[in-house]
Amino acid sequence: MASMLLTSLRCSPLTSVQAAQFAARSISTSVHLQAQAKSKKTLAKPGVKNIVLVDGVRTPFLLSGTTYADLMPHDLARAALQGLLNRTGLPKDAVDYIVYGTVIQEVKTSNVAREAALGAGFSDKTPAHTVTMACISSNQAMTTAAGLIAAGQCDAVVAGGVEFMSDVPIRHSRKMRKTMLSLNKAKTLGARLSLLGSIRLAHLAPELPAVAEFSTAETMGHSADRLAAAFGVTRLEQDEFALRSHTLAKKAQDSGLLSDVVGFKVPGKDIVSKDNGIRPSNMEQMAKLKPAFIKPHGTVTAANSSFLTDGASAVLIMSEEKALAMGYKPKAYLRDFVYVSQDPKDQLLLGPTYATPKVLEKSGLTLNDIDVFEFHEAFAGQIMANLKAMESDWFAQTYMGRKTKVGAPPMEKFNTWGGSLSLGHPFAATGCRLVTTVAHRLQKEGGQYGLVAACAAGGQGHAMVVEAYPQ
Amino acid sequence: MASARLLLTRGSCTALKTITGHGQRSLSISSAVLARTHVSYEVKDNVAVVRINDPTSKVNTLSKQMQAEMVEVMNEIWGNSAVKSAVLISRKPGCFIAGADINMIQACKSAEEVTLLSQEGQKMFEKIEKSPIPVVAAINGSCLGGGLEFAIACQYRIATKSKKTILGTPEVMLGLLPGAGGTQRLPRMVGLPAAFDMMLTGRNIRSDKAKKMGLVHQLVDPLGPGLKSPEDRTIEYLEEVAVDFAKGLASKKVTVEKKKGLMQKLQDFVMGLPPVRKQIYKTVHGKVMKQSKGLYPAPLKIIECVQTGIEKGNADGYLTESQNFGKLGMTSESRALIGLYHGQVACKKNHFGQPEREVKKLAVLGAGLMGAGIAQVTIDKGVATILKDTTEEGLSRGQQQVYKGLNDKTKKKSLTTFERDRIMSMLSGQLDYRGFESADMVIEAVFEDLSIKHKVIKEVEAVIPSHCIFATNTSALPIKDIAAASKRPEKVIGMHYFSPVDKMQLLEIITTNKTSKDTTASAVAVGLKQGKVIIVVGDGPGFYTTRCLAPMLAEAVRVLQEGVGPKKLDSLTTGFGFPVGAATLADEVGIDVAAHVAEDLGKAFGTRFGGGNVEVLKMMVQKGFKGRKSGKGCYVYGAKSKEKKVNSGAEDILKSFKLTAPPAVSADEDIQYRLVSRFVNEAILCLQEGILPDPVQGDIGAVFGLGFPPCLGGPFRFVDSYGADKLVQKMKRFEEAYGNQFTPCQLLLDHAKDSGKRFHK
Repeated sequence: MASMLLTSLRCSPLTSVQAAQFAARSISTSVHLQAQAKSKKTLAKPGVKNIVLVDGVRTPFLLSGTTYADLMPHDLARAALQGLLNRTGLPKDAVDYIVYGTVIQEVKTSNVAREAALGAGFSDKTPAHTVTMACISSNQAMTTAAGLIAAGQCDAVVAGGVEFMSDVPIRHSRKMRKTMLSLNKAKTLGARLSLLGSIRLAHLAPELPAVAEFSTAETMGHSADRLAAAFGVTRLEQDEFALRSHTLAKKAQDSGLLSDVVGFKVPGKDIVSKDNGIRPSNMEQMAKLKPAFIKPHGTVTAANSSFLTDGASAVLIMSEEKALAMGYKPKAYLRDFVYVSQDPKDQLLLGPTYATPKVLEKSGLTLNDIDVFEFHEAFAGQIMANLKAMESDWFAQTYMGRKTKVGAPPMEKFNTWGGSLSLGHPFAATGCRLVTTVAHRLQKEGGQYGLVAACAAGGQGHAMVVEAYPQ
Repeated sequence: MASARLLLTRGSCTALKTITGHGQRSLSISSAVLARTHVSYEVKDNVAVVRINDPTSKVNTLSKQMQAEMVEVMNEIWGNSAVKSAVLISRKPGCFIAGADINMIQACKSAEEVTLLSQEGQKMFEKIEKSPIPVVAAINGSCLGGGLEFAIACQYRIATKSKKTILGTPEVMLGLLPGAGGTQRLPRMVGLPAAFDMMLTGRNIRSDKAKKMGLVHQLVDPLGPGLKSPEDRTIEYLEEVAVDFAKGLASKKVTVEKKKGLMQKLQDFVMGLPPVRKQIYKTVHGKVMKQSKGLYPAPLKIIECVQTGIEKGNADGYLTESQNFGKLGMTSESRALIGLYHGQVACKKNHFGQPEREVKKLAVLGAGLMGAGIAQVTIDKGVATILKDTTEEGLSRGQQQVYKGLNDKTKKKSLTTFERDRIMSMLSGQLDYRGFESADMVIEAVFEDLSIKHKVIKEVEAVIPSHCIFATNTSALPIKDIAAASKRPEKVIGMHYFSPVDKMQLLEIITTNKTSKDTTASAVAVGLKQGKVIIVVGDGPGFYTTRCLAPMLAEAVRVLQEGVGPKKLDSLTTGFGFPVGAATLADEVGIDVAAHVAEDLGKAFGTRFGGGNVEVLKMMVQKGFKGRKSGKGCYVYGAKSKEKKVNSGAEDILKSFKLTAPPAVSADEDIQYRLVSRFVNEAILCLQEGILPDPVQGDIGAVFGLGFPPCLGGPFRFVDSYGADKLVQKMKRFEEAYGNQFTPCQLLLDHAKDSGKRFHK
């Protein structure tokens, strides 16, 4: 609390100075940008600070229950944060704030951002908070950072996300918890004994964390299968897309394109330096699998879904002036972003369809302007359904209040370095991976605009436009 | 509660749908041979997909034409050697087959004709059952009666997991039985206990339950938005899945037989023992007799059919089924129940046109039993509702009632906890008039006192917008008296709900001569949205329902004063077919309410409403015997024992008002007819005076609001079938003993004189 106050005190006198600086800077940047923009315009807006991604890293994403199995969530987060510090050479006290995302919370480290920051050696004067928004938690962490910078409250923020599925909190049953809590308050031996006597065998059954949507009690895989069926996505299409994801990821891994991965020396084990879920198979093998959720006639299988993953990611976000002042060469601008939400039952995973046109309109871009697409692949069926929805005039008119369809991204620009299906999907860590990948792909391929989109539990979605930083 | 009540309250109007213009349709059959209109099919990958769709109706029924086309199509399919399996599916989004065509049965003149209908159905489904290729029934929407019998004749059943998909045999609610093999196939499929439960209660079974029971083999999830409307795509998806299963069945990759669990094997073994079965028949028979008092022939016939089929074999079973079906089709009970079904359908329509404004925000005044009940049935239809009370305790109690009502549904799994929370969010409990400025309708359910009602109407009219309707929920006060305090009587209307509001289906709407048509249209629209069966009657003391009930209760009090105990009175009334005995009913309504009504109506109608002494009721109220709500009335409540105990305090009061029973009119049957004839006479008087617009609404109001015996079909149908002259004779006898309380009204006399006169054609 105290440090929070301090920060705000420290920041407030800055604001007037910044305001003064701002006028000057906006002129200089626009001149600067005009020089670089090829044929396309830049998305800088007058009166809005330019926010840049300085760099982004992640731990290798591992199948849960493998090498990371004995760690705790903040250990992974720590690894990502230290990786970021090493990669950027950032002085630890130069960070104004840390925001981290997580979905399944470890109760011992409920503010995992703070624990990880302290453990990673950040200054204890740097406040940190944790956000949660299902699979777009680290997107939320990044946009929170962007908001802090845009509001003039911070100049350098670290955002990230961590998910640790090798160990999840399993609770006693409600009745058992109630008895145990009463036990604490029981004063006499008699009272304690009678409470202990009230315990029944059934009370000992543990409560697993819900894998289902709270509002509808439907698991996400089940919903994805229904979504695929609603859009007439076949099993074959799903398997093909999943195979594509693994094949592209393998290629990217082999050619060293996944440069956001930082090695992690796991205590007691070897250095981990590679994602371990990339397993290109073949169509015959995939066709053999039985449906995992809707049995026996469903189409979503273990092979065409993203798998349970452990991993963490982190990015360094700064105001452009601060980054330049500190001598950084930013990788990309973070531009407009949107959050959307819709029916958590029948449109649970359609976030990208709704978010994409909204963010494009906000930026004044069309689908054709985008050079690089990075969509979160929760399920192959979900991606295919979204692509079909975006290609449908009827859907656009009936459900989105649009006159015409959004249009689907061309596949040659779409998730060309693999995606969540193959690289893995540690829920709250995926968002930063998507943004960093867009930045890297823009650099590598020479494009100007990238689009990130993702769906999330609760029927929510997110999209962000990323602009390449002039080389 | 008696099964009689069950019969009706559960009877969803989708049960069996009538088709008008039957004659016309049979004329067109000859041309239909060339172009089939109801059944079509196409062959996909050696699977024949048979699609049914009655173009003349919202639902599919097994009409003559549907059956004829189906037979034709199936013969073509069986004749085509390229077809290896078939799928049967409806093209209508909310309906597979909703049952047989009732008109087909009603058109029959004799039991033999009805038996023939049953036998035709049996033959058709036998062919399906013995089909050389597997037939898969793909069920989406209601699959009831004949529709279910069709489905269970198929080799495999797949149903959508939609709320609209319900399976059941509602024939018993129409006084009939599943007459197309249902009584034979169902017990073999789901076991004796479950089959009896289905056929004797007529209850609707959701598809997930049906899967557990073994009634369907597979479930298909309903789909959301995609590239087509969810409804259309869901049917398409169901068809795709069904076609896959049909192929699997044809190639023997899918087997029909399910592996039986240990429990199932054990149950089968036990059921295989004849003494066990005998005991089941006996128990079920006893239960039916206890609940129906032997007044309903259908349940007994169902048991007979099942027993014959199982003990004597198929041939005998089918024969018994068709013969019993024929017999039942000719009973007055079945006629009465079918009449009620038609009446219920008619009372679920708005005959006053589309209201100018939809009611989007409703305010309820008074969070008592009634007010909270009204709020509950409004919010769960998605209408924003204010529940206002004057005290925090009252409001809290009311809100808890609404919450409990919804929460009980989550326990029964008909609602999820999330849905419950969403519904509760529509309710705003408050003590002030905040938000009334945007209310479209206010329903007051405050204490039954004219001066309080006047105060409330003035307060409310000061805050509501000019278009807002003021409805008053009163059980006896004339609406025009309440409206006298209003600045805009054209917006004032009576909406008489019945307690408990979430269970009782009836809503009695009362219009004064100043009430505008749009106000009426709006009130009916709100009632329909709340799921009510609605009668619209004229204004007057007690309107229709209370006015009919009051003389019967007055007579009941007299009977009690004459020394007949509450238990005996109850058994006499339930023995006549009332679901609740008269003494218990008085306790449920509340002795104080009964006293209030008796006094008010006594003032309005004079000695005709006499009989029992009102002082009896007043004395009981004085002693705190207000009925169930106060723990004591005619009976003592609260004790958990099943046996209801008579309240000795009430007995003492009755003794102090003791009357001598005239022996000439005090036999059990006489007492029953004294009670019923006063009810019926008053109902007919309401029609005569124009309070009631027609006999249909009179019958519906009496059965659904007051529990008039459903097997009699309501007071008007009762007079038609019993004979007005016979009733008048009885009443004349009672009149001699008691005076003008039993004087038949003019309209009843007219009917007695002319035996050709009928209330129902």
